[in-house]
Amino acid sequence: MSTLVKSTANVPAAKTGSTALDLVLRFRALGLVIALAALIAATTAVNPRFLSAQSLRDLLFAAAITVLLACGMTVVVLTRGIDLSVGSVLGLSAYVTASALSESGAATPVAMLIGLAVGAACGALNGAVIHFGRVPPLVATLGTLYVFRGTVYFLAGGSRINASDLPRGFLDFGNGTVLGVPYLFCVALVVLAAVGVFLGRYRAGRDLYALGSNPEAARLAGIRAGRRLMTAYIVSGALAGLGGVLYAARFGTVDASAGYGLELNIVAAVVVGGVAIFGGSGTVLGAALGALLLAVINNALPVLRIDQFWQQAIVGALILAAIALDRLVSLRASRALRTKGSHVD
Amino acid sequence: MSTKLRDTAAVRLLTTWDAAIIAATVVFLAAAAQTVEHFGTARNAGFIVLDLAPILILALAMTLVVTTGEIDLSVASTVGLTSAAMGVMWNAGIPLETIIPAAIGIGACLGAVNGLFITGFGLPSLAVTIGTLALYRGLAYVLLGDTAVADWPRAFTGWTLGTVGETAIPNVLIPMAALVAVFGIVLHATAIGRSIYASGANPVAAAYAGIAVGRLKFWLYVTSGAMAGLVGVLWTLRYSSARADNAYGLELTVVAVVLLGGVSIFGGRGALPGVLAAVVLLTALQNALRLAHVSTEALTVVTGSLLIAAVLAPNTANAIRGALRARRSRTA
Repeated sequence: MSTLVKSTANVPAAKTGSTALDLVLRFRALGLVIALAALIAATTAVNPRFLSAQSLRDLLFAAAITVLLACGMTVVVLTRGIDLSVGSVLGLSAYVTASALSESGAATPVAMLIGLAVGAACGALNGAVIHFGRVPPLVATLGTLYVFRGTVYFLAGGSRINASDLPRGFLDFGNGTVLGVPYLFCVALVVLAAVGVFLGRYRAGRDLYALGSNPEAARLAGIRAGRRLMTAYIVSGALAGLGGVLYAARFGTVDASAGYGLELNIVAAVVVGGVAIFGGSGTVLGAALGALLLAVINNALPVLRIDQFWQQAIVGALILAAIALDRLVSLRASRALRTKGSHVD
Repeated sequence: MSTKLRDTAAVRLLTTWDAAIIAATVVFLAAAAQTVEHFGTARNAGFIVLDLAPILILALAMTLVVTTGEIDLSVASTVGLTSAAMGVMWNAGIPLETIIPAAIGIGACLGAVNGLFITGFGLPSLAVTIGTLALYRGLAYVLLGDTAVADWPRAFTGWTLGTVGETAIPNVLIPMAALVAVFGIVLHATAIGRSIYASGANPVAAAYAGIAVGRLKFWLYVTSGAMAGLVGVLWTLRYSSARADNAYGLELTVVAVVLLGGVSIFGGRGALPGVLAAVVLLTALQNALRLAHVSTEALTVVTGSLLIAAVLAPNTANAIRGALRARRSRTA
């Protein structure tokens, strides 16, 4: 099944037998852009101020961290893995970075390096348990979700770090904008571009698709699964760590519960963005658009005078719709391939 | 020959994870009763039973679901939604005698939706139940918002917290014991149980052996939903509060105890005694830490580490066994 999904997603020659579905499939990103545009248009029609600079800035602030973490999650999900520990890694990194800054008053780039290092270390632990211990990613990262969160509680012990403890420059970075775009969102965009190029153009990135599509075939083709998996989890961890730095810079106040429960939102963004949960298919651009769509929905609800309480239900319905759509497309694709007597499978 | 003996003895110790977890539970309970003040009292045991009831009931159904190689992450949200629905029905003036079966029915329907997506449309259960996790919790908020319904009749909330007659046995222990017996018998002593193991171990072979794997899994999701509905009732009455965020985040604890109890996440392996021990161990540990005024944060780290160890230990044992076998075949 997953091989078919993969072949249709990456080989444009395979057709589903329906032009409309073909379009949806090949331009999944386009579909998300259309959905985004329609939603923004509808909301703006109700209240034109939805497109004001202030409102857009709030939207980008809200989306920055989700987009960043969705990039890391995509890398892992492509390999048939999952990283449930990202929320806890974000919390750990946010707390460690904030306390380091409050003591030393170091500059923002140093803070980012600290956050990346904390996250990468957590990711390396995940990768080692998964690869060397042969523990399924779901179990391993569920375990480290607890371990990392427990570590933050242990370090913080009920205390919190306030904005007044943090260096001025760091908070300016968290709340400042360049040409109306928050610095935080710029960071997310740079990461998005880097991960996109890595996955699309570099051998190591293509290997991740191969591993997720068919691990056994990837092994036979000489791909060093261990090294690639370690890379994937370290990238995911490091980006969650960077997310922690952004969180600390944005909110100024950090306690032990930062990022609690965030993991499911990130998985939702990635799935809505068209990354197959069983690996091998999807792009980081799609995942980022998924994250953006969720952020837009969140900000549009109050404008549309829909009860804020609908937000989570809509996210759930979107996830179900996204995976059902993928399934429908892959079923039609396999049927079309069979009737044509193709040997692609 | 001697190598083989050493091999099996060492390996058996590591591989029978449920034996280890049951032993650990017994040792812990004994040690805590001696060292932690107030831990061994009947009153405290009653509190532990009340605390573990929701986890245990959800874990019973989750054990069956995971044994078939699937997962249900939506259970805690189902608890929240049934609890919210109870609140709405109570506000509408429906008597509690009607609400309770209705709540369990709602849970079963929510489980059926999961089952339909997973077995009917052939979608991965992990993705579907992450979707319904968000959906059901969201619908709970739609129903109740951030308000709470708290005016539950004393007769019912009192029963939930009360004990049988003059004894120290909590009332909730009786339905719990009945459920444990039913699930234990179904999983370990009936054809359905064998089908569950077969479906998890090798779904294709199970289908060829005449097991309707899809239908079996569908009904397991319905069961899981109904159990979550029952927990919704218990939770609402115990805390005398129907809220949309009831049992928030409990799904991870339930999955954790099931895996800690030695059930394989890949399906086909596991048993209820280990899961029961894991539930008791985790809840009692939390209780003891609280009594000893140790922060429960330490427990979070322990839970996570144990969870990984539960899978790591058998894997390591297999690796040791493989290495020993390789050496034997070389020397032979």
